[in-house]
Amino acid sequence: MGALTVLRGDRGGQILLAVLAVVCALVVTLNQWVPPGSPAHLSTYTVTLLGKYLCYALLALSVDLVWGYLGILSLGHGAFFALGGYAMGMYLMRQIGNRGVYGDPLLPDFMVFLNWKELPWYWYGFDMFWFAALMVILVPGTLAFVFGWFAFRSRVTGVYLSIITQALTFALLLAFFRNEMGFGGNNGLTDFKDLLGFSLQSDATRLGLFLASALALALGYLACRYVVSSRLGRLAVAIRDAESRARFLAYRVERAKLALFTFSAVLAGIAGALYVPQVGIINPGEFSPLNSIEIVVWVAVGGRATLYGAVVGALLVNYGKTWFTAAIPEGWLFALGALFVLVTLLLPRGLVGLLRRERTA
Amino acid sequence: MHALDAVRSGLRRDRVFSFLRPPPVLDLSHGTVLYLEGISVSFDGFKAINELTLYIDAGELRCIIGPNGAGKTTMMDIITGKTRPDSGSAWFGQRINLLELTEPEIAEAGIGRKFQKPTVFEPLTVLENLELAMAGDKRVWPTLQARLSGEQRERIDEVLRVIGLQAQSGQRSATLSHGQKQWLEIGMLLMQDPALLLVDEPVAGMTHQEMDRTAELLTSLAGKHSVVVVEHDMDFVRSIANRVTVLHQGSVLAEGTMDQVQADPRVVEVYLGEERPTLERATGARRASAGNGGPEWS
Repeated sequence: MGALTVLRGDRGGQILLAVLAVVCALVVTLNQWVPPGSPAHLSTYTVTLLGKYLCYALLALSVDLVWGYLGILSLGHGAFFALGGYAMGMYLMRQIGNRGVYGDPLLPDFMVFLNWKELPWYWYGFDMFWFAALMVILVPGTLAFVFGWFAFRSRVTGVYLSIITQALTFALLLAFFRNEMGFGGNNGLTDFKDLLGFSLQSDATRLGLFLASALALALGYLACRYVVSSRLGRLAVAIRDAESRARFLAYRVERAKLALFTFSAVLAGIAGALYVPQVGIINPGEFSPLNSIEIVVWVAVGGRATLYGAVVGALLVNYGKTWFTAAIPEGWLFALGALFVLVTLLLPRGLVGLLRRERTA
Repeated sequence: MHALDAVRSGLRRDRVFSFLRPPPVLDLSHGTVLYLEGISVSFDGFKAINELTLYIDAGELRCIIGPNGAGKTTMMDIITGKTRPDSGSAWFGQRINLLELTEPEIAEAGIGRKFQKPTVFEPLTVLENLELAMAGDKRVWPTLQARLSGEQRERIDEVLRVIGLQAQSGQRSATLSHGQKQWLEIGMLLMQDPALLLVDEPVAGMTHQEMDRTAELLTSLAGKHSVVVVEHDMDFVRSIANRVTVLHQGSVLAEGTMDQVQADPRVVEVYLGEERPTLERATGARRASAGNGGPEWS
């Protein structure tokens, strides 16, 4: 219970986690114990969809930490999400073993198709879950660390930093499109069979992945909350509002930024790793700059610098997207753009800002 | 040859790598806290500071005045590491070379700065502002785990009392008045507990009562700390300083007591020739309300 003390004074977070717990209990009950014929039954398709939303929510949380609190508008967080996803995807590919179309015991299908004779060195180790899990954390974390090291040390800030984060994800998009990279080119990694021995097609595994995503979101929320309610969190706000002033108070601003940016990238990577087994595919499209911009829209819609606002924004916008792309598929991007403009103009503090204002008024 | 020399000097047996050297400690045994010697800096050909030489004694309260563009703020930028001079040297005590350090390192070594425009962290409360400024381990991990100890809490309460913001300690600092923000910033300087305080225009925009309290505050700090105040308001300068330095076009024009400086014909010329309106506005308004006599400027 000690971890929950960070929720003190955070009404929004308390409500969020309580709702999350209730939803988890409901989903398990309605999916497992209500018979499929009943109108109250929750299909596994819906469970997976919800699980996907929760991964997006964790991703939004990681962006809110660096954007809302630290003032770094990252337009490249989709890259960390995708890298975490690829690390998990590589593990899932190796789990296929000889059950692939070509039946090669070692090489994934796309390598056989490309006439490769042996496994590239960087695919070694991904047959072990612990190694893949480590890479889910290390790969996005290292990239963020190296990127941040150079960017923050040269004091790149504001819109210039946003542009280079965008360039980062675009460069990775182009790189992962190439077949020579050994990550499946534009088809990406797919056709997964099982995870830790559990079939990905089974209802129980899907429910398990949903619950794992919910747990990751809850733990991610508590971790972010721990950071923002610490003195480091107050330093982040200080850096956001008056960076040079913080420097004159003897804080190594670059290091604080680097630490938080790396932590945020790791969260994004974990979100990606949970996302991939649920959607069953990871391809270079996840590196698309558009995706990263969408994350920023979720956070802006929900409300910056509240953490729970980012979660609410991610859930609502993605629910809207699911609904919209079914009803008027070609209209979604226009709706997203209009939403962003309207929120920026009318609700600078997002939807949760609206609720807050009503309560104080 | 250059590369070879570098290798040779790097391999010398008596070489001490800089990361092995203990960080220099502030050494004030000669009684001087700040040495600025022959400093010049120019921006796009404009010489903001020109062969400036200035010494500040330990425990002294020094006022620096001068017309607009005399280089007062640039001088502070150089001392705090924000601007690098083209030539010259800047030492903090006898052992610390300011030109080798970054801004946070200079702050850690013991130089605090209050900006012209009050910059407090507005979303944070008064207490949190002071807490952030407090001297201590400012690395990332210790900052994440930092908790206020009882002793630190007492220190904050003490500073709150000194700056008169006890009642506002839980308020967001955005809600403070202009004068209160100035005091909060001075309070943040006190929390840093620096050996040298650089205070840029502390009374700009303050009411007379607020000015008097600020004067009291700054004079009470001198002795324990060295204080350098840059100010436009002449009566305020008169009320706190025993030594005044006049800057003009990036170098020292005159130095001495307020009376000596005011009697200096070069100073009179600088102010009368170019900056008379500024000075009259600054002194005239105060004189009218305070009604004190003293040497006239014009």
